[in-house]
Amino acid sequence: MADLDQTDAPIELDRVIIRFAGDSGDGMQLTGDRFTSASAVFGNDLATLPEFPAEIRAPAGTLAGVSAFQVHISDHEITTPGDAPNVLVAMNPAALRSELHLMADGSTIIVNTDAFDERNLTKAGYDASPLTDGSLARHTVYEVPMTSLTKDAVAPLGVKPRDAERSKNFFALGLISWMYTRPSEPTLAWIDEKFGSKPQVAAANRAAFTTGHAFGETAELFEHAYSIRPATVPAGTYTNITGNTALAWGLVAAGQLAKLPVFLGSYPITPASDILHELSKHKSFGIRTLQAEDEIAGIGSALGAAFGGHLGVTTTSGPGIALKSETMGLAVSLELPLVIIDVQRGGPSTGLPTKTEQADLLQAMYGRHGECPMPIVAAYTPANCFDAAIEAARIALKFRTPVLLLSDGYLANGSEPWRLPEVSDLPDISVAFATEANHVDAEGNEEFWPYLRDPQTLARPWAVPGTPGLEHRIGGIEKQDGSGNISYDPANHEHMVHLRAEKVAGIATDIPPVEVHGDVDDAELLVVGWGSTWGAIDGAANRCRARGHKVAYAHLVHLNPFPSNLGEVLRRYPRVVVPELNLGQLSRLIRAEYLVDAHTVTKVQGLPFTAGELEAAFLKELGA
Amino acid sequence: MSDVIERSTTAKDWSSDQEVRWCPGCGDYSILKAVQMLMPELGGRTENTVFISGIGCAARFPYYMATYGMHSIHGRAPAVATGLAMARDDLDVWVVGGDGDMLSIGGNHLIHALRRNINLTILMFNNQIYGLTKGQYSPTSEVGKVTKSTPFGSLDQPFNPVSVALGAEATFVARTHDMDRQHMMETLRRAREHRGASFVEIFQNCNVFNDGAYEGITSRSVREEMLIPLEHGQPVRFGADGHRGVVVDAQHGARLVEVADVGEDAILVHDERREDPGMAFMLSRLSTGPHEPTPIGVFRSVERAEYGELSNAQLAQAQERSGAGDLHALLHSRPTWTVD
Repeated sequence: MADLDQTDAPIELDRVIIRFAGDSGDGMQLTGDRFTSASAVFGNDLATLPEFPAEIRAPAGTLAGVSAFQVHISDHEITTPGDAPNVLVAMNPAALRSELHLMADGSTIIVNTDAFDERNLTKAGYDASPLTDGSLARHTVYEVPMTSLTKDAVAPLGVKPRDAERSKNFFALGLISWMYTRPSEPTLAWIDEKFGSKPQVAAANRAAFTTGHAFGETAELFEHAYSIRPATVPAGTYTNITGNTALAWGLVAAGQLAKLPVFLGSYPITPASDILHELSKHKSFGIRTLQAEDEIAGIGSALGAAFGGHLGVTTTSGPGIALKSETMGLAVSLELPLVIIDVQRGGPSTGLPTKTEQADLLQAMYGRHGECPMPIVAAYTPANCFDAAIEAARIALKFRTPVLLLSDGYLANGSEPWRLPEVSDLPDISVAFATEANHVDAEGNEEFWPYLRDPQTLARPWAVPGTPGLEHRIGGIEKQDGSGNISYDPANHEHMVHLRAEKVAGIATDIPPVEVHGDVDDAELLVVGWGSTWGAIDGAANRCRARGHKVAYAHLVHLNPFPSNLGEVLRRYPRVVVPELNLGQLSRLIRAEYLVDAHTVTKVQGLPFTAGELEAAFLKELGA
Repeated sequence: MSDVIERSTTAKDWSSDQEVRWCPGCGDYSILKAVQMLMPELGGRTENTVFISGIGCAARFPYYMATYGMHSIHGRAPAVATGLAMARDDLDVWVVGGDGDMLSIGGNHLIHALRRNINLTILMFNNQIYGLTKGQYSPTSEVGKVTKSTPFGSLDQPFNPVSVALGAEATFVARTHDMDRQHMMETLRRAREHRGASFVEIFQNCNVFNDGAYEGITSRSVREEMLIPLEHGQPVRFGADGHRGVVVDAQHGARLVEVADVGEDAILVHDERREDPGMAFMLSRLSTGPHEPTPIGVFRSVERAEYGELSNAQLAQAQERSGAGDLHALLHSRPTWTVD
């Protein structure tokens, strides 16, 4: 900050990982989010990992109620929220206890000492205070009475003590903002905007923030502030974005690029609901959103809208996909465009609703009745959710097929800086509706055959109600190829099953080949990934390469069909390993499809891989 | 559909080239005929009309109409139709299904389409049996029904579909039967003209698995004494010369009386436009099944904003407020920073 004099000049760091942890009611997600925003605007590269319990408010002060937000900021390009935090802000004993195992020796812990009373210590399962029993000796601990300092700061504003305490997260934010020389203006401006209608709350939060900031500067508790320079990144205009917001914007863009109105039918489910929330704001784009009575009605209404010529979309998580699977079967049979979004979470059943996992891949691939192929697209970073949404819509429209788009809880809630695309650079994904008869019957009369296909794409015509002369009936019963009339003919059924499979397989010619990075020519190990593991794989592969190992890595965006060069890429390298947040679902598909001995690295803890974990796994594969 | 009608149509224009494959003698034939005859009178156009169905015998209906149509999934037709009607307010969307389709597997979608008041004309063919799966009891079968799946008699209290619809906040609720084409056409016309969700229960005979279920009230010989026609603004009377009628009192609710016993002035005058559905509900409870005098006609017809219109109005308001959506502006709507 400008007011630090020469002797107190901040020490420059190339990166830092900070973890804010407190009770669910302490506002830790908001604190982390504001710190992230200030860092983004400042120009750091960053990645975040919000972690919160499924309960809205678990009993206060308990381990179950701990909510945490990890943010990694740096002066260079980074791809993960970091392995071990450098700094933990613990707002109560439960937060300290639940997060301490993440903290390496020598790391910094800042605690709100006011919360370390006997009651809270007992709730967290401490017999003695960890602040006095020497158990934190390997860490640098700063004890700050955040609650009482906040209360003192806001008392002159006439805020009731109970309400005053609620501003303590802004005290913590102010303190950390000082410590890492974050600009204050974005946060203060945000407070004014957010709490504009409640001037007293705004004033209290402002006071808490500036008090926290001043405390860091004047308390002589902290030796230095630190600074992290802006990262060197490609020129452009950036914004900080979460996966769910990027995905929602991608759907808005897809509608614009397809020149079609978007219809979203959706039922609330964690962690996908924010896409519904975001899309429901954008009515000026002609986007209709229906909060349906259940998951089935969500996809059913989207399919009805697709029949009517809209870009139909439904959003959900794994359990919702299970409920929608019958309608996906109908959509495959009707051969109508539809985008189905699965923001994966820990399963089975309710599982870990707020945690991430990649265990729906085989459900996406095979989880339907009958031979029911569907294209699958997977996003790999929060910002990439934007492009993935457009790509899913493109395939759906061009090939007249339902498409599954896989995201996950880590992408959904995590954020990163996103270099905004120019709208003019985005692809045109528009398609034409059928307007004329396409067949002549035996008597020479013109008629419309709803299943007469484009020979290239095998897509059938999309004739929407309201078009004179193209009236037709479609349904889930098997139909005669061409005419679309009901047919129970055995040979026709087999023909149609093959046709639907060939149509989806043929999409391979319409997608880019998979790119290989790293030691493309002479790698000893090929790492194949998909989805949100990209950042950790990229980090780990480069760490291995820095140690002198030859590693190549390829990340799949299209999981059905696979890119046409995947088999060749897999066979090019002596060893193949597939890291996944499941028990090895992509590796099974690869083994089955290409007869390649793909090894697995798996993790199912509801948490993303860290680069360190994958680095160790790759070194093991390399025999190092 | 208030466009200029360029040409008038005939029933034939509304009939598809597909062979109708219901069992010979099925009540569905007469309902299909009534709809195909009604359509030209309504002045609509085949290309602007869509029939959506679920699964079941009744759900084959769209194949026989020369309109747009979708034979969807068991129970889900109201959900599919909701999306279509919201997306396309220029279309005339009909939903056709049976009692199992709409009240069992699809009960949830039916009640939500009704309470939202989606602009749909919903026809529920009630034959009190599962036909396509060959004769299991349905959610409208009487208690004790012996079927393949209930050899010792069914235990379930049946739904009264009209009561269900009224309880689901439906704005238009009516009942008709497959033995009276004129009454069917008149009831369906009213349903079609209603803006919002219209629900019509049609008593329909399944001559294979539940033959004669309604014989006791709809056959020509007993109809006069067993069906209670509801007509707006008219006293609720039935039987030869209207000798019977309905009175309502606080003590007993709605009940049947001999008009001579209470006097003409005591007879309930039917008001389908009452905001409170309570009276319509009482009328729906007069009969517990097709063995006692049963009301038919329009129970309720009230005006309430239609969902698609409300949804479209929100889009229009948003565009008025901030202009048509601008993608570039959206992408730059959060805090941004520029790197040179």
